[in-house]
Amino acid sequence: MIGSLLDLIRRALRHPSGRTGGLLLAVLAVGALLGPLVLPHPADMPDVVAGATPPSAGHPFGTDQLNRDILSRIATGGRISLAVATLAMTLSLTLGCLVGLVAGYAGGWVDAILMRVVDAALAIPRLFVILLLLVVWERIPLAALIVVLGATGWFATSRLVRGEVLRLRHHGFVLAAQGLGAGPARTITRHLLPNAAGPLLVAATLGVGDVILLEAGLSFLGLGIQPPVPSWGGMVLDARPLIVTAPWTAIFPGAAIVATVLAVNLMGDALQAALDPRSA
Amino acid sequence: MSPAPLLEVTDLVKQFPGRGWRRARGTVHAVNGVSFALAPGETLGVVGESGSGKSTLGRLVVRLLEADAGGIRFAGVDLRALDRRGLRSLRRRMQMVFQDPYGSLNPRMRVGEIVREGLEIHRLGTGPERVTTVARLFEEVGLDPELVRTYPHQLSGGQRQRVGIARALAVDPGFLVCDEPVSALDVSVQAQVLNLLTKLQQTRALTYLFIAHDLAVVRQLAHRIAVMYFGRIVEIGPTDAIIGTPHHPYTRALLSAVPVPDPDRRTARIVLSGDPPRPTAPPPGCPFFSRCFHPKKDVRCTTELPLLRPVGASHAACHYAEVPVSVPPPPPPA
Amino acid sequence: MEKQARLLEIRGLTIRFPAGGKGRTDSTPVRGVDLHLNRGEVLALVGESGSGKSLTGLSLLGLVPHPGRLDPGSSIRLEGVELTALRGEALRQIRGRRIGMVFQDPLASLTPVLTIGTQLREALTAHRSLTRSEAHRRGEALLGEVGLPDPAAGYQAYPHELSGGMRQRALIALGLAGEPDLLIADEPTSALDVTVQAQILETLDRLRADRGMAVLLITHDLGVVAGRADRVAVMYAGQIVEQRDTRALFREPAHPYTRALLRAIPRLDRLGEGLVPIPGMVPSPGEWWTGCRFSPRCGEALPRCANEEPPAVALGDDHLSRCWLAAKSKT
Repeated sequence: MIGSLLDLIRRALRHPSGRTGGLLLAVLAVGALLGPLVLPHPADMPDVVAGATPPSAGHPFGTDQLNRDILSRIATGGRISLAVATLAMTLSLTLGCLVGLVAGYAGGWVDAILMRVVDAALAIPRLFVILLLLVVWERIPLAALIVVLGATGWFATSRLVRGEVLRLRHHGFVLAAQGLGAGPARTITRHLLPNAAGPLLVAATLGVGDVILLEAGLSFLGLGIQPPVPSWGGMVLDARPLIVTAPWTAIFPGAAIVATVLAVNLMGDALQAALDPRSA
Repeated sequence: MSPAPLLEVTDLVKQFPGRGWRRARGTVHAVNGVSFALAPGETLGVVGESGSGKSTLGRLVVRLLEADAGGIRFAGVDLRALDRRGLRSLRRRMQMVFQDPYGSLNPRMRVGEIVREGLEIHRLGTGPERVTTVARLFEEVGLDPELVRTYPHQLSGGQRQRVGIARALAVDPGFLVCDEPVSALDVSVQAQVLNLLTKLQQTRALTYLFIAHDLAVVRQLAHRIAVMYFGRIVEIGPTDAIIGTPHHPYTRALLSAVPVPDPDRRTARIVLSGDPPRPTAPPPGCPFFSRCFHPKKDVRCTTELPLLRPVGASHAACHYAEVPVSVPPPPPPA
Repeated sequence: MEKQARLLEIRGLTIRFPAGGKGRTDSTPVRGVDLHLNRGEVLALVGESGSGKSLTGLSLLGLVPHPGRLDPGSSIRLEGVELTALRGEALRQIRGRRIGMVFQDPLASLTPVLTIGTQLREALTAHRSLTRSEAHRRGEALLGEVGLPDPAAGYQAYPHELSGGMRQRALIALGLAGEPDLLIADEPTSALDVTVQAQILETLDRLRADRGMAVLLITHDLGVVAGRADRVAVMYAGQIVEQRDTRALFREPAHPYTRALLRAIPRLDRLGEGLVPIPGMVPSPGEWWTGCRFSPRCGEALPRCANEEPPAVALGDDHLSRCWLAAKSKT
């Protein structure tokens, strides 16, 4: 299964959107991982007196209102944002897969009940639920935030997985496996899941973009990730009073958000195209 | 004294609920009371057109589908009564080769893994032993063992079908259900696979239930042929008898309709008129009545379902099977 | 005997699909095809998958799928008119009106959301102006002609409401709607049961005789060919390898592929003969080389067959064989 996923990624990288997205993602990921280690200025040493300074040789992205290097903050913030997004997405994926596989394979009333739950959950706006939760729970720890984001995002995935399972259940190779004596566990893990993995990967990639936007929005509203932990949304929030006098304090974090979501969407597009068996 | 049959099917029935919103749509009797026996080492060809129930029959016999009524005895064991564990161990002895060489192999598995899976499920041999077994199987079906690491989409239709056969043989079954194994293949490749199946039957003493819609194909392998129409067997007998002296009008029509690659063909074509009954509304009498051209057909045919009875060297389900049907003389050559 | 009117003349037809990326070569699934058809004649184009027979049929109507193109030297003349030069309105005039087509899979070729009648009306009014009721009348008459048991009901039905055989008949009606001189039937019965196939082929025969139409019958089934075609052209890997009148082809096939094919197919009439398979596989369009494309599988190959492409050798009365053995036998 890993082999076929790698193969899919390889094919996606052949598309121009895949290459662009992949490159962008790679830059962002490397920047987020290594940046805080190699960049000269720390992300967090407030100097109220100095204030915001425009981009210069020493500070390529300038400094914010507390004279903290914006580039470093973006790198550190990137770590947080990307980690939150990836972890939340993984949680969503796992939950969605589990429910989808069980519903699709078992069928009958199990399927019916599970899908009605999913239907009900999909009817409630995600942002609403999250906002409600975060307003009540003001100082939410990071781990809890990830769980909240992940637990509210698995519904569509479960539908997707269920659809794939239903589609594949009657294919010859599934019947053949059962004819050989394969039980449900083997059928699901070796035959159904790997063939559903393609669309799953696409959904997952696009889902990461969703979570990043969601998290940035929450931070911008003052919920979600709290200072002093840097986050891109939080940086934009802090930049609000300075937007006219020191626009770079808002532009760079904003650009980082855009770049990440763009990269992720491009990658998702390319994966989608690569899934189509007619592409090279 | 003939050997005990390997497979005995009695009055097998399988229904599918009708499609559509209302129950009033009716159920489809895909298999409607089928009985036959298979001796070890024999090939029984099952022919029929779409809707005849032949594919459903194949799946019922290996319990990939659950029958609604009737009995299946495999090597003396009541197949329908087996629990999951018993069924699992019995599965080793009966395998299926599927029609579609594209859909019947998991596109995400290498073909070597596909063939090996049966060995893994039944815990046959150690790791290295399995590798050798797979290589031997590849050679046996005429595939280069180097292909073990390829994916199905890299192989041709004929090669994929061979992989399917190797997969079925991996657990060393004595009985194989071949469901249209060559229908999706090119003509020049069909012969390769058919010859392979013939060879395997001899080298491994296999018993085949060979399902196909093409009588010419079935004839190559089958010792006996069963002709299905509308969920029932309408004629069954030795191959030569079925092909040479068919008794049921449908068998005649079927034989006549098979295109023969000979422009000077002498026998006349019987072209059926009329439509088969709707699958959800089986008539009380003979299901072939609406298209039957037998001169003796009458009211009895619409009220009384004909059962299989001995006629000549075969068994035919027709009230008037003994009455010879005079086929119109062939048209004079142009 | 009067010389029959030449209806269709194809010379040097080559269809090219440009290579995808760098380092790949173009593929030519159809190469150097020469065919001709007289009025009222049935020519069968026989081949397996990858032979290029369907593409050849499509090219007559300018329906080769993108990015395929006809090579400059290709010529398709319909009673003198060069079809490859036609575009737009002129091409539209040919489609349906002079050349009709019956496609392979009726379920895929009929629009599922329109009734048969609507689709038939569309075809009928494409080439002549008819009032709606006139079109309805003609449409029903056509459905009756193709053997639909209840034409009125069939006219109002949606494709999925009809059986496979009836759908195929509806498709034939669509092909005939423009009253074409030439009907291309691409595997018209492959998706059907054998008994229904026999019915459909009878119908096609009758229609052809009634209308004096020529038929290009594209199929992989030699049995279908034997009873129904006047002449046969056998295709392999994009080229015509043998062309002859039907009876003679079956009695004395000249090309090794034709011979091998006849030995390899299971048949009902010859008792006690084993099948002789053709070893190897059909090469895919990207894999072709400059020798005879059948040579790796040919039991009678000469050394030169692998490297030099054999010419189409005229072996007598309207008989062509693309083979070095044929060339040898002439000298």
